Amino acid sequence: MIRRIVKSGDTIMVGGFGLIGSPLTLIEELTRHNADKLTIISNNVGEAGRGLGLLLRQGKIKKAIGSYFTSNREVAQWYNEGKLEIGLLPQGTFSEAIRTGGAGIGGFYTKTAVGTELAKGKETKVIDGETYLFEKALKANVALVRAKKADTKGNLVYYKTARNFNPIMATAANYVIAEVDEIVEEGELSPEEIVTPHLYVDAIVTSQLILTNEGVVEA
Amino acid sequence: MNMKELIAKRAAEELTPHSIINLGIGIPTLVPDYLDQSKYYLHTENGLLGVTSVDEEDVDPLLVNAGKLPVGEAVGASYFHSADSFAMIRGGHVDVAILGALQVDGNGMVANWAIPGKDIIGVGGAMDLLSGAQKIIITMGHVSKDGSPKFVERCTFPITAERIADVIITDLAVFHWRDGGYELTELMGDATLEEVKGKTTAGFRIGESLLQKESSR
Repeated sequence: MIRRIVKSGDTIMVGGFGLIGSPLTLIEELTRHNADKLTIISNNVGEAGRGLGLLLRQGKIKKAIGSYFTSNREVAQWYNEGKLEIGLLPQGTFSEAIRTGGAGIGGFYTKTAVGTELAKGKETKVIDGETYLFEKALKANVALVRAKKADTKGNLVYYKTARNFNPIMATAANYVIAEVDEIVEEGELSPEEIVTPHLYVDAIVTSQLILTNEGVVEA
Repeated sequence: MNMKELIAKRAAEELTPHSIINLGIGIPTLVPDYLDQSKYYLHTENGLLGVTSVDEEDVDPLLVNAGKLPVGEAVGASYFHSADSFAMIRGGHVDVAILGALQVDGNGMVANWAIPGKDIIGVGGAMDLLSGAQKIIITMGHVSKDGSPKFVERCTFPITAERIADVIITDLAVFHWRDGGYELTELMGDATLEEVKGKTTAGFRIGESLLQKESSR
């Protein structure tokens, strides 16, 4: 699946807050694919040697856009050696940039980061007497997301704090693959509980790797 | 009670029942120990309103707070995605953020996300919380590990927002932002005014109640 969809130089959104709600099976598949020079839009680059941390070690990530790379120490090392570009955004700005990307909005003005080092080189605008910062929307070629359940149409429901960036990323890419614990028949999910309607989702796969209290295990 | 617990307990006293509270990592995560958790609504930016503590046998690897620590789900809790969560913060719907800090200065500026000379590769929700929450309470040790003041004249570390912190609670003192500057409103534990003055480079006024105590000594 990944092999057919992801090409070298692509921009890929990957859901998850650390490994929580991260599409571990699809990331694993990405590490077995030869596409490189990837721009990864994800809150973190996984952890050292885990999740997206594996892809970093393979040297396949050209640029990482996210809010908190501190959770993987190897990111600093790659960055200092000039082998990785970094786009650091406040987490709220990062998530809103993805949301607007998916909603067909070019960008937005926010008060977050005004007057800080992360505002350098960015346009500001005074609205009703307060200074705002312009942030461009984020979009991707492919989004890899993690949900709890999908129906055969591609409607998605999530689980607790594993939801995080997944629903917004599912809206902001040309091709969206959802990794789920379980695929049920159309009609089995209550229309009221569906968070991601099927029009956003292009493909679904069943998860082979699960995050447990004991770490990542095979399903 | 150790220094961190003392600060957390005092921070809890600043909170109004039924308010929506976001807790940063470090000392702020100790605050719920001093709250009747049924009367406060804890928000975590990774997508949960209604955070509670959790017993070890009930830990769910997919239910964590923003510090990636296991938490529980309160009665009446709700889950939402990250953009909604930060809309709550940025939109002013979160009443209080209790945050740690590396430095706070006499102008009310907070530095709590980056250290000069170290790699700047993480910011998380620090800037959004400091810009967006209705009230900011800073909890921190009065001095850093090497003994240098953290409540300083001017932040030398990169600031997190242009927004002023409303309350500063340290192991030695409590300061409230009033009329364009900080007022020392309380001494913590056995701390003396001399000690606080000696370990602070920020300018501050001494509150009325403390002045009266000093003059009656």
